[in-house]
Formats: sequence, C-alpha cells, structure tokens
Amino acid sequence: MTLMAEPSATGRFGEFGGRFVPETLVPACQELEEAFRDAWADPVFRAELHALLRDYAGRPSILTECKNLGSQLGIRLILKREDLNHTGSHKINNVLGQALLAKRMGKKRIVAETGAGQHGVASATAAALLGLECKVYMGAVDVERQALNVFRMRLLGSEVEAVQSGSRTLKDAVNEAMRDWVATVESTHYCLGSVMGPHPYPWMVREFHRVIGNEAFDQCQNLIGGTPDVVVACVGGGSNAMGIFSGFVDCEGVRLIGVEPAGGAAVGRAVPGVVHGMRSYLMQDEYGQVQEAHSISAGLDYPGIGPEHSYLASIGRAEYPSVTDDEVIAGFQLLARTEGIIPALECAHALAWISREAPNMQGQTVLMNLSGRGDKDVAQMMEILG
Amino acid sequence: MSEAPYGRLEQSFRTKRAAGQKLLVPYITGGLPGWEHALRAAVQAGADAVEIGIPFSDPVMDGPVIQEASQRALDAGANPISILQQARDLDVDVPLAVMLYYNTVHHAGHHRFAEQLVAAGICAAIVPDLPLEESGPWCEAADASGIETVMLAAPTAPDERLPRVCARARGFVYSVGLLGVTGERTSLAATATALAARLKAITDVPVLVGVGVSNAEQAREAVQVADGVVQGASVMRRMLEHGPEAVGEYVAEVRAAIDF
Repeated sequence: MTLMAEPSATGRFGEFGGRFVPETLVPACQELEEAFRDAWADPVFRAELHALLRDYAGRPSILTECKNLGSQLGIRLILKREDLNHTGSHKINNVLGQALLAKRMGKKRIVAETGAGQHGVASATAAALLGLECKVYMGAVDVERQALNVFRMRLLGSEVEAVQSGSRTLKDAVNEAMRDWVATVESTHYCLGSVMGPHPYPWMVREFHRVIGNEAFDQCQNLIGGTPDVVVACVGGGSNAMGIFSGFVDCEGVRLIGVEPAGGAAVGRAVPGVVHGMRSYLMQDEYGQVQEAHSISAGLDYPGIGPEHSYLASIGRAEYPSVTDDEVIAGFQLLARTEGIIPALECAHALAWISREAPNMQGQTVLMNLSGRGDKDVAQMMEILG
Repeated sequence: MSEAPYGRLEQSFRTKRAAGQKLLVPYITGGLPGWEHALRAAVQAGADAVEIGIPFSDPVMDGPVIQEASQRALDAGANPISILQQARDLDVDVPLAVMLYYNTVHHAGHHRFAEQLVAAGICAAIVPDLPLEESGPWCEAADASGIETVMLAAPTAPDERLPRVCARARGFVYSVGLLGVTGERTSLAATATALAARLKAITDVPVLVGVGVSNAEQAREAVQVADGVVQGASVMRRMLEHGPEAVGEYVAEVRAAIDF
C-alpha cells in the first residue's frame, strides 16, 4: 500500500480529515481543491514554483552531519537544514506554493494564522514578493513572546492582528483567520500554515513540503549510501514532519518519529475530535470543548494535529512521543554548544527526544528535520536562562 | 416531499405561514446566567421558536457578541448536559432548537446526542460547521430520533447546490444573510434578500434569514422575501448589556415590525 498519496474524494486519510466548514466556505474549498489539482499537474506551475524555491528560498537545503553531538550520544546524527531557507524555516515552501496558487486563482489578498510567527513571516514575505495584500492573525500571548517576528511582518508590509479571544494562542488565531475568510472569501485566499484544516489543505500543504523529503532521501543516498534508521521531526500541526516523512514513509524499517510537546500531545491522548475543519486527534474535555495546549514553543502550542498524522499514528506507521519543556530547554542549549547551531524551540523538541532516546539507538543513523532557526527564541531564552 | 409528516418545528412553521404569519426565532446562549428567564421573556413577547446556543470553545461562525456570551456561559460552568437539563424544565409552548458546533455532537456520539435532545424536549438542531457533504452520520441519527436538522444555505452556494441543501433541510432552511460571521451590521446586506429569494423559488420548506439581521427594521426588510428571521447577536448584545428583561422588549419590537 502506498502511503501519503492522495486522500479519498472526501479528503479522508483513513477515518481522519474531511471538510467540516461552514456552508459559506464549501465552494471556496472545492474551488481550491480544483485549482491545486490543476496547478500541481501543470508543468509550468511546477517550474515556476521550483524556480522560486531555488532562486528565492535557497533550495535545496543542505544536510549537516553533527559529528560532535553524534559521538557524544553514540549515534550518527544528521540535520536537514530547513533553518537555512529564506525567512528561517521550512514554512516558505508552503507559502510560496499557496501564494502562487492564490494569484493563479485571481485572489488579491491572503490571510494567515501564525503561532511562533514563522508562517506569518513567510506569508508576509511571499505577499511582498508577489504583490498580494496580507493580514496575519496571531494570538495576543504569542504577539508578546514573539515581538521580533511581529515587527518583521509589519516591516514586510503585512497587517498583524493580535487575537484576544480564547487562549489567545495559535488555535484562536486559526479561528480568527477562518472568520476573516468567511467574510472575504471572494477576494481572499486563506494561506493555512500547516497540514491541517479542511480538505484540500492537509494534502496540499504536505505536497508543498514534499520537497524536504525528496531532497533528504537523495542526500542520504549520497551521504550514507542508504536511508537513515530513524527520521525525527517536531509536530504542532505537523507540516515539517509531513515534509520529511514523505521521503521515507515507503521505506520499510525506517522509523518515523513526530515529537509533540507534553502540554500539547494530541496523539498521546488518542481522542478524535472535529475542529478547524478536520477530524483528527484533539485535546478536549469530557464535553468536547477544545482544551488549551501549553508549550514553551508558540509554534507547537496547538491542541490538535494534522489528520494524516493521526492516520499514520492509528496504523502504527509513525510514533508520536512527547517531551517536557525542561527537556526542550536542555535540547536547545545542547545543539548550540556542541554544533554551533541555535535551533528554533520547536526543533529543540526533536533534539530533546533524540538525546533522551539515544541510549536505545546506539550506532544508528538519525535524520532530524531542523525546521527553523532559533533567533526568534533568543529573547525568550534569555529570560528563562537568565 | 415524502409522505412522512413534518416534525414539530416544521409543522408549526408551515401552519403559521399558511395563516399569513411571519416567523421569528430569537437565539439565546444556553448556560449564560439568566438565560432561562430571557428565553421565557422571548416566548412571551411572541417568539415562534427559540434557538438555544450550546457554547463551544471555538465558535468559528460567531462574531464578538456571541463569542463573549459563549465564553461567559462556559466560565459560569455551562456544559451541554447542564443546559439540556435546564431546557427540559423550561415548560414553554413553542418548539425549541439547539445551535451547536459539531464537536459537541461528535464527542457525545450521534445517536446518544440525538436521544439527549429528545429527552430534553428539543425538536431541532442547527450545526453551522457541518456542511451537507459531512452531515450524513448526524442526519441519520437525528432522523431516527425525530430531531429536525436545519440546514444552512450560504450566499456563495452555486445554483446546483441549493436544491440539495433544501432537500436535506428539516424544520426550516437557514438562509445565511451575508458573507461573514454572526453580528450586527448597519444595514441588511443585499445578499440577504437575494439568497432568500433564490431559496423561496426552489423550496416549500420555510426559509428564515439569519446572520446580519440586526434590528426590527432589517427584520421587516428580510421578511418581504423570507418566511421569517433568526435574531442572534442583536438579542445577545441586549442581554449582555441590560440583562434578560431587555430580551423580551426587543423581541416584542421585532414582532411588531414583522407583523404587518
């Protein structure tokens, strides 16, 4: 069976996914699905996106072997350097794809949600480049802890709105972006930042990030003459993980690990729910109220997970362990000190898991997606570490 | 139309419409302190049915007023079970519907939830984030329990979609008045009467306009075309600002405006 192919006609991955949106948005989701299917099959669109990824985003991203940390942990550790992309994370892959698609559909404006600000910055960047109007919704809590990225978005010409409702983090930013889209759907494309939301987003966003896995597969062939034993990525909504998993999901014997924050472990609790247009594992109380996630990292502060991750978890193809904030802080410092690379706090989750589990992986090759750089988190870490 | 009799809500609306009356459905957020008082006042002031909102943590179809009402209700400890228990004891003589987000149903289980509604004396359910394509499992359970599922129709729907929405609608068709979330606007959007007219042309299920019908004057404008109106944010703003009594006064004002 081929995994990570197209979802079913109703946008399902197994029993996860779907399109649970207000009636107003159904035609827009259908139009988007059709436009994406058409564009993705069009060599001209693919060439245009490829050129942007190469000449603007700086792809392909390199692999870096961490010899110091690897020997300390007793493993062979390789990083896929998505942190070196323009705007500092993997988010640019998806955003350039969606912005090109928005233009192709004749939309003049995009809206986006953002947690840590990486998707917001990437959206603002693509909007500036391609001449689109852009508004980014960001939870008020995140606006405070990611002031640098807020300023970057404004510098790039985007409007940033601090969302005051609910937990005032990523989930509420998604709600507000959806409310905007309901009102502006005729002129606006919702540039969703992860492999979540209503069909076709989980599929489309995964396809736009597939480039990570494709490159990593080829690069691993060159560097290690085969595939790694373990592929690790952090998971909030799960786009960077989907990207790198896509290159290895069909390689039997390669473990796929998506690391969730302990305070946002949707898969760990394994209760399906429906919010933000999709059926997926979701943190919720006994009445189905969505619970607030708690994580040191704004980008993973999300109570759900992309539906295809729920599917991979349900069939046992991928594992979704969680790590604590303390382990994350240690992982953040570990990579900085041993390799001279400051990771995003999101990626420090993957490092935290690797360093915890290394005793059980002695001699194995571990490929980790370093999906973003840590500059945005330095001010927050200054406060924590003193 | 099948031979099956209509549900209580739809039968009541059809009978009143046949008698030349326009239909008025106020929305009250369940669990908000004073909500039962407000609901009885609305009924006394001439509501033809009442929509009880079951608050949800992530109400994507709702604007600031109903978001705040929902949050206050949740902060006061409201949950679907407590609201349905209170609804059972309301003892009002108009049909009651619930408006809720799909995860509330999904989490409880379709059949179990439909039976909970029946036990609470609720006739109908409105689920704004459950579009036609995803509505199958819920509608099956609701039909089996005799719960009428109100379908929403949006201004963005192409012509071929509307008949399918109407065919699945029980109780009434909720004609979404504008592109946007619930909340008051200074004027009735042109989309409101345009969509209601499109629906009236293809269905004999009662058509009520909701979302963006913001005052008595706009309600009167909407019922020139539609069979009635749903009043949400305009009711809840008054309740949040002035308490339950203000709800009765406002409903009476709208009633007077649409009875012409």
